[in-house]
Amino acid sequence: MTTATRPDLTVGQKHNGSRTRISADEWNAPSEQRRQGPLSDPTRMARALGWFSIGLGLAEIAAPRRMARMIGVDDDNTHRNFLLAYGLREIAAGVAILAADRPTGAVWARVGGDVMDLAFLGQSLSSNPSGRSRAAAATAAVLGVTALDVLTGRRLAQGIDWRGERGTAPRPSGAVHVQESITVGRPPEEVYRFWRDFEHLPEFMEHLESVRVLDERRSHWRARAPAGSSVEWDAEIVDDRPNELVSWRSVSDADVPNMGTVRFVRAPGDRGTEIHVELRYDPPGGKAGALVAKLFGEEPGQQVKGDLRRLKQVLETGEVVHSDASVHRGMHPAQPSASGTERSHR
Amino acid sequence: MKANCWMGKKRLEVQDVPDPKILNARDAIVRITSTAICGSDLHLYNGFIPTMEKGDILGHEFMGEVVETGPAVKNLKVGDRVVVPFPIACGACSMCQRDLFSLCENSNPNAWIAEKLMGHSPAGLFGYSHMLGGYAGGQAEYARVPFADVGPLKISNGLSDDQVLFLSDILPTGYMGAEMCNIQPGDVIAVWGCGPVGQFAIASAKMLGAERIIGIDRFPYRLRMAAEKAGATETINYEQESVLERLLELTAGRGPDACIDAVGMEAHGHAAVYAYDRAKQALMLETDRPIALREAITACRSGGTVSVIGVYGGFIDKFPMGALMNKSLTIRTGQTHVQRYMRPLLERIERGEIDPSFVITHHMSLSEAPRGFDMFLHKRDNCEKVVLTA
Repeated sequence: MTTATRPDLTVGQKHNGSRTRISADEWNAPSEQRRQGPLSDPTRMARALGWFSIGLGLAEIAAPRRMARMIGVDDDNTHRNFLLAYGLREIAAGVAILAADRPTGAVWARVGGDVMDLAFLGQSLSSNPSGRSRAAAATAAVLGVTALDVLTGRRLAQGIDWRGERGTAPRPSGAVHVQESITVGRPPEEVYRFWRDFEHLPEFMEHLESVRVLDERRSHWRARAPAGSSVEWDAEIVDDRPNELVSWRSVSDADVPNMGTVRFVRAPGDRGTEIHVELRYDPPGGKAGALVAKLFGEEPGQQVKGDLRRLKQVLETGEVVHSDASVHRGMHPAQPSASGTERSHR
Repeated sequence: MKANCWMGKKRLEVQDVPDPKILNARDAIVRITSTAICGSDLHLYNGFIPTMEKGDILGHEFMGEVVETGPAVKNLKVGDRVVVPFPIACGACSMCQRDLFSLCENSNPNAWIAEKLMGHSPAGLFGYSHMLGGYAGGQAEYARVPFADVGPLKISNGLSDDQVLFLSDILPTGYMGAEMCNIQPGDVIAVWGCGPVGQFAIASAKMLGAERIIGIDRFPYRLRMAAEKAGATETINYEQESVLERLLELTAGRGPDACIDAVGMEAHGHAAVYAYDRAKQALMLETDRPIALREAITACRSGGTVSVIGVYGGFIDKFPMGALMNKSLTIRTGQTHVQRYMRPLLERIERGEIDPSFVITHHMSLSEAPRGFDMFLHKRDNCEKVVLTA
């Protein structure tokens, strides 16, 4: 079955047009006020935050013990290792801000880092009574910096670029666009046939609970979302070229509006099939929601890459490959689990 | 069952843990009869390999008896005696198809972590961090062996565990190290490190026809083993003489035709160089101490080969790229593609060309594993290789 309709890959941007936070007034406002001081100029503020990151990071790496004592956390191996890791993260964040042409993303990454710091200090507040007042002071300081980070991030997102000039075009801030690919040692005909039976997809797509085919064009999808919730939508096929390509998109009132295309290309020299996936979706909560999801390990590109890797395992070895640790949800030592498989084999 | 668990840097505990179960159709469960402590386990012990978690079961050199098979395993049956190769390989992906089993594309469920560090992920390994799969290791009473229809080698002759156990890792590793040197008549091979892998690299270079083989280490008992058992024609104690000068002297200025680094990321060396690398490593400015590798590159003759079988984990400093480039050296390296070598090496053992048990200095029970690690790390009691029996 083929249909003439091509997928409209700009749908994400259409959705975003209305989300862009630049009003006409802001767009035309004079720029003097931004040059008065760092607090009123988000780009100078960003630069200051960048240097702050690097300084803090160096301190955490060079003197983790002193740092641990200063902020009132236990000076043990675990905490020191955390501080070393945090130090590296701070330096990376600082460099990213200073090097970026448009540091908005890098500043939001700092916000993510602040959240981690707060979690670290919160754990210390509850576990180390002797350092409690120091940890409380450090927490207050991090909260202050977080507020600055959020403020700077928001102002930068309002279309003001690194050099203090306004951005030339509104950037899409809502839709997530993911492109991933993998090579599988099976012919395109076989790979297409496997994928085209959508009910196979939950076998290797970790977040997909079920796909029910409704008719030639339409199917009903149900997926796990962060924090134990789930989302559902109906999808329709917008293009289907046997052994080459399948495109689909969600129909109206989907929880998470989305669309995707998967292309199957014969790999050179008898290497099987290149699978190229392109997805766009509007996560609940926009880019901020996507960033929070990313912090909790739900980075969309990685998710899709993982799904493709599992598809390769299924096609090449017969099933999804498990290790002792991978059958558990979350971090777990590499030991057999008492219950066999905690993650059910779908 | 009992298992040797990593509980943090230099902390091991033999604990009671759940028995393994079949998770995939191509799995087998093996009751372990012999398992060894590997030099690369010391990198985990010393905390140099990232992504270890408290409670991880260590061990990747093991053999035993099949006690259960998954429905898709047709080549093994309960009661078979098998040696298990340390890389887990599916046999079907493009790497396995090229006999590059330690690069299997399907056996690492945590490939994304390794990709962040290295660009691409190697195969999953038993008991070797979560970055390399999060598989329970073989210093235990039982182990689950994935892709049991591809990896395990059946032993049906009367050879003892001690004679065949090392087919799981260190014998193929030493052999691959020598094979990568592409040894020609008259070649002189220098081997850095006379631990068990270095011993087997020396023995393999001899089997492959090297003219002279020079073993380098700092422990007299290891150098003695290299000369008396493995087949080294000369040895150099780097704490007593200059390796570079001695190698030039032994080769009349040519330098060794090929150099094997059987040391890896935790090399020792002369005080100043060692202090430099140790400090950089402590500050996380480099993860690995490449002292042996630097020396091997400098020592190697122009147009020669440097074969790296010592394990490296991350980043090194002061790598002599200028010497490598200007002397037209070839570097060959990799985690061992064990599955490729097991059968031919078993045949060599059967023909009596090599008896790998010569490296064993200590037998202990599994519950003594922590003591074995400490002894091996500190080279106490002339420790060369510890075999644990369940």
